[in-house]
Amino acid sequence: MTQNFSDVLVIGAGVVGCAVARELSRYALRVNVLDQAGDVAEGSTKANSAIVHAGYDAVPGTAKACFNVRGNALFEAWCRELEVPFVRNTSLVAAFDDRDLAALEALRLRGARNGVPGLRIITQDEVRALEPNISRAVIGALLAPSGGICCPYGLTFRLAEHAAANGVTFHFERRVVDVARAADGLWQVTTADGGVFRTRAVVNASGLYADELNNTVSAQKLSITPRRGEYLMIDKQYAGTFRATIFQVPTPLGKGVLVSPTVDGTLIVGPTAEDVGDKSDTRTTADGLRKVVESAARVWEQVPAGGVIATFSGLRAHGDRDDFVVGEAPDAPFFFNAAAMESPGLTAAPAVAVWLAEQIGKRLNAQRVTSNVHHTATWKPFREMTDAQRIAAIADDPSYARIVCRCENVTEAEIRAAIRCRIGARTLDGVKRRTRAGMGRCQGGFCTPRIIAILCEELGLKPEQITKFGGGSNLLVTTHGARPATLGLSPERRASSVESREPCHD
Amino acid sequence: MTDVDILIIGGGPAGLAAAIAAHEAGCRNVLLLEREPALGGILRQCIHAGFGMHVFKEDLTGPEYAQRFVRRFHELGLSAQCDTMVLSVTPDREVTAVSPAFGLQHFRAKAIVLAMGCRERTRGALQVPGWRPAGIYPAGQAQRFVNLDGWMPGRRVVILGSGDIGLIMARRMTLEGAKVLACVELMPFSSGLTRNVVQCLDDYGIPLLLSHTVTEIHGRERLEAVTVAQVDAQRKPLPGTDQRFECDTLLLSVGLIPENELSRAAGVRVSEVTCGPLVDEALQTSVPGIFACGNVLHVHDLVDHVTIESTEAGRQAAKYAQGQGEAGIPACQMLQIRDGAGVRGLVPQTVCAGRVADVLPLMFRPAAVFKDAAAVVRLDGEEVLRKRFRILTPGEMVRLVVPKEVLERHAGAGELTVGVEV
Ligand SMILES: Cc1cc2nc3c(=O)[nH]c(=O)nc-3n(C[C@H](O)[C@H](O)[C@H](O)COP(=O)(O)OP(=O)(O)OC[C@H]3O[C@@H](n4cnc5c(N)ncnc54)[C@H](O)[C@@H]3O)c2cc1C
Ligand SMILES: Cc1cc2nc3c(=O)[nH]c(=O)nc-3n(C[C@H](O)[C@H](O)[C@H](O)COP(=O)(O)OP(=O)(O)OC[C@H]3O[C@@H](n4cnc5c(N)ncnc54)[C@H](O)[C@@H]3O)c2cc1C
Repeated sequence: MTQNFSDVLVIGAGVVGCAVARELSRYALRVNVLDQAGDVAEGSTKANSAIVHAGYDAVPGTAKACFNVRGNALFEAWCRELEVPFVRNTSLVAAFDDRDLAALEALRLRGARNGVPGLRIITQDEVRALEPNISRAVIGALLAPSGGICCPYGLTFRLAEHAAANGVTFHFERRVVDVARAADGLWQVTTADGGVFRTRAVVNASGLYADELNNTVSAQKLSITPRRGEYLMIDKQYAGTFRATIFQVPTPLGKGVLVSPTVDGTLIVGPTAEDVGDKSDTRTTADGLRKVVESAARVWEQVPAGGVIATFSGLRAHGDRDDFVVGEAPDAPFFFNAAAMESPGLTAAPAVAVWLAEQIGKRLNAQRVTSNVHHTATWKPFREMTDAQRIAAIADDPSYARIVCRCENVTEAEIRAAIRCRIGARTLDGVKRRTRAGMGRCQGGFCTPRIIAILCEELGLKPEQITKFGGGSNLLVTTHGARPATLGLSPERRASSVESREPCHD
Repeated sequence: MTDVDILIIGGGPAGLAAAIAAHEAGCRNVLLLEREPALGGILRQCIHAGFGMHVFKEDLTGPEYAQRFVRRFHELGLSAQCDTMVLSVTPDREVTAVSPAFGLQHFRAKAIVLAMGCRERTRGALQVPGWRPAGIYPAGQAQRFVNLDGWMPGRRVVILGSGDIGLIMARRMTLEGAKVLACVELMPFSSGLTRNVVQCLDDYGIPLLLSHTVTEIHGRERLEAVTVAQVDAQRKPLPGTDQRFECDTLLLSVGLIPENELSRAAGVRVSEVTCGPLVDEALQTSVPGIFACGNVLHVHDLVDHVTIESTEAGRQAAKYAQGQGEAGIPACQMLQIRDGAGVRGLVPQTVCAGRVADVLPLMFRPAAVFKDAAAVVRLDGEEVLRKRFRILTPGEMVRLVVPKEVLERHAGAGELTVGVEV
């Protein structure tokens, strides 16, 4: 099939792959990104706690510790530049007894060695002054002022968009099945659909599957265990119950169940930690959800059962070396790992990306380019606009005045923009993650038919071809006389919008 | 900023009836805002019959019922703005809305009628474990797909919950060629109308599995099957009772939630039982000049009751806008209305007996199924009214009317309760 050449081929379009691609776009390099899914952020990146960790957890001297603290320091600037939400809401680690208090002291010392700024142990009264709704069982806490929260998929999407604006090409629904050294010294990467991509360097950012790709080229074997975490999302009605992210003293399996506000105003409660056999098993379980509620109750006594708007789970890529595996494989030159990136992998992503891009740039003798475009916001959400901005936006484009998602007040203009942009949405979930349409309390009850209709118009598809997240996740079955409802677009505009989208999305 | 006498939010049967009543009470500056492209509310998609038996003594379809009000609305020269989303309401009755035709608009109203209807409970709220594939829909959304968009959501269907929409959709999907395998209900009784159980399940041989629930969802991309288990008296799944249904669609009919985000933001106090605003005998909320009716106030099963209630709300809003609200009437002692045994969600929640015109309507749902029972109204513990029912079920709302004389006879009373006695 295609002989597709690049300088660097990034495998995986999660937050790590997209961050690396964006940083590589600062060099005079031809960069391709491949992902097996139909969109960015379909792996661990879409289902995690979204905490920008301060960095007191990781063992000093590890890659985790180093990239966590450096990533945290970069995070705010990255989010500001890309115009995605970030809040430095601080983190607390709650203690319930004297043993926990001792553990807090150990964490504080560890954090200090890692270079985490401002760590302090606070008393019960101070905790209650900060968080009046916290359980009285909490007798003290470690306060980490640099802890924050973000939107992992929003960040990833904007990173991909910025990378694409600077020449990076993304290929979706391409599952890599083999990486091999060709006779001429280039890497030859084969995909399940028979595609062949030739490249000077490979970045392995394939999340849960990074062990398999590493092990095809390196004798330094790696093994990744999927470790599942289940969550509950709580309605915005409860916003303000907690301001900080509240952890409990960590256990050997992880940081335990946390309670945290999200940047969207909802609250997140979870995760569990359970090793599962299957790298795609993101089921929720009755047992897991019960454990989340039980465990969270130590901090939030009455997790409101009636306020739950969604449940979900994500898989951590837990490596057998108990640390990130980042850098060039010692026995496979020009094969760079960003593997075993379990938590705090999201926090670390910016720092890992900057460091890897520098390594790769040097190894390939690449110059930095000066002509790159800065990130320009793809669109501004209606819900964040002032009245004056709303009036101006509507004057410019009347579809800004048509609300499609009633819970999050997402307009038709935003939905269309999310489909028309470089790394445009192709699915219901793709629209949802780019715009928040369907993420509110009614969970798509109102907007789903409207979004299906817009996707049909924009992409020239029939309703039964629209999927939830690609593959066989079709929303409807074939019917007679089905018609995409039009939302006031003229046929000409519809046709041109489809055409102009095609070349951008391989 | 545009000034209006009465602003009505929502153009379903509630909003329409309120607008018509306000006009008939003499208000000429009435505006109705509706976010859908047409008036009629949820009835636009309810193409089945069974509407209007009380109000018109006729068996109409939803769209026919709605159309009678839409026609009357236009005959009276009332004005509505469709495709218009209300974004916010303030306690001093300023309303912000947005529409493609008029952009961002601000209104100031003398009185507001909340008539936003309700939304469906989702899977997230139920926390059914398992995968999260395509093919799981709230029943009302599926109804919209089939009846308004002309789309089929699937071919082999299980329905979770026996609310009316689920029952109606069991029949609808069957008529559209799908195979409906079962309707699964957690409680030992159906939460829908008995006539719907008979006409939508029994007539099509669709089993109703009472005291059962869906315990797991299978299928990574599209739904492939659900596991159904029997539950005990505490509604916990019983081990060893699992059955697997191979299906590509799961419809949820597990409850409706009054849509009160706008109301809450306006400072309107909302009941924990009905999830609708707390109102007085005039259907006025805790914010003066803001009234509520229809499904936003409490979930109705019969549209006729919505019409009757909303007509009253429109009339009361008109009075308020014309300055004849509380001002003209001497202050009187407030009666607190409380749910007695076997009763849930009485509306209204407070009553000023002196302001009751001739009868005080009280609406509630039975908390369980009762056979040969009586609903008993007591004022400060003393029985004042008793009505017998052959059967009372949570699926059928009860409407009682207390004559004004009864209230007058107990002028000093502070508390009114309604309870079920067997
Ligand atoms: C439950 C949970 C909670 C977490 N909480 C936090 C937190 O609060 N803070 C924090 O910093 N971190 C957290 N993390 C970690 C964080 O989510 C991850 O570190 C981060 O998302 C990893 O990004 P990634 O790009 O490496 O992986 P992924 O997002 O998994 O991306 C890998 C991509 O590679 C693609 N891919 C895989 N194999 C192939 C192949 N063969 N061919 C083509 N494409 C392939 C996949 O489709 C996927 O899109 C958490 C993780 C989990 C699971
Ligand atoms: C599937 C189904 C079957 C039924 N079957 C029967 C039956 O057989 N017989 C019977 O008598 N009754 C039946 N009913 C009950 C009856 O139809 C409802 O009780 C009635 O429609 C409720 O009227 P409403 O005006 O309160 O709400 P709705 O009809 O829901 O109208 C509310 C309106 O408000 C609008 N709105 C909401 N928020 C905003 C906003 N922010 N800005 C602008 N507009 C807004 C909505 O778009 C909607 O049009 C059924 C109901 C359903 C859902």
